[in-house]
Amino acid sequence: MSLYYVQKLLYQLNRDEHVRSRFDADRDALISEYPLTEEEHRAIVDGDIGLLYVMGVNGQILMHYSALIGQAWDEYIEAMRGGVRRHGQVRAGLYAMLKDRT
Amino acid sequence: MPLVFAGACSHAPGITGRAERADPAVRDQFYAKLDEMRQRLEASRPDALIVVAAEHFANFFMDNMPAYCIGMGDSYAGPIEDEAWLAIKRTAVPGNSSLSRRLIEAVLPTIDVAYAEEWQFDHGIMVPLNFLTPRYDLPIIPVNINCQGPPLTPLARAYEFGRALRQACDAQPERIALVGTGGISHWPATPDSGTIDEAWDREFLERFLANRRDELVAYSDEETLRDAGQGGFEIRTFIAVAGATEGSMGELLFYAPIPIFAVGCTVATMAVA
Repeated sequence: MSLYYVQKLLYQLNRDEHVRSRFDADRDALISEYPLTEEEHRAIVDGDIGLLYVMGVNGQILMHYSALIGQAWDEYIEAMRGGVRRHGQVRAGLYAMLKDRT
Repeated sequence: MPLVFAGACSHAPGITGRAERADPAVRDQFYAKLDEMRQRLEASRPDALIVVAAEHFANFFMDNMPAYCIGMGDSYAGPIEDEAWLAIKRTAVPGNSSLSRRLIEAVLPTIDVAYAEEWQFDHGIMVPLNFLTPRYDLPIIPVNINCQGPPLTPLARAYEFGRALRQACDAQPERIALVGTGGISHWPATPDSGTIDEAWDREFLERFLANRRDELVAYSDEETLRDAGQGGFEIRTFIAVAGATEGSMGELLFYAPIPIFAVGCTVATMAVA
């Protein structure tokens, strides 16, 4: 469970074009440099926005990753909802405190 | 010179990025009021504009998160986001490092503010500038209050920061304008995006416009998260503007929830006398 590093990777991807070009060239190699669990690694490689949301990635970071992998706004919102349906409530981070919200 | 202008407005990326999906009648009224704010800002003949924003992991991250930061560059760039996503072209924005440095030095005795000579503006600053300084010809002093990654600065400190910033501005020879930008209740970039609690917003705005300090700083973060969403943490930018205009009243030019913009869209000015 290394939410901090998942978010750090996505943050660097969002703000740094060199990180982005390395991501485009070899996703696996870039992601392997961060101390992530296998599940976290796969979620990023697969662009699994729903699972990343459930892991606790802040939407202000996640929405840019969603745009980067080509999702439209409505697809992004739907991907998060799908993630909650498949994996249950958000596990960590800021939104984990919002469990009583329906 | 004493501060020449103060105001507050929303900055949600949907305001520009998803413009075509909003009800045109409400959207155009909102844009018209932002333009009225621009005219009032220009009429105050500012030499520089301080934008107190709540950026969203564009420059600051949990590896070294400042509670408060003031930009100290001569030039900035933005938006950091995809141009098409935000529907704002990437551009250079002028700063004023000398003025920044004097402001930082004047704030430091009261608030331990960080500074940054590099800053890539995200929608939190670019969306307001798109409407308020559309030619990007006015030097901008970016200010950030961490409203995204808790632990966050207490609301009472945000008010104090505003007061310190005001004193710092008043001591400079330049004519300085100040705009705070943030959302009130909202759940941006989550499955609840588009939820807006208008009653909560109007209650907050009443406290803000009347500059009732004790009521403005009375919200706990737990209450705000529960009732106004994580986006509600951005009330700190409004509270800083209230601190900078302590004793003055505000005028609400526009408020309406626009769900596809994911925020109760707000345009307000505060008296600076």
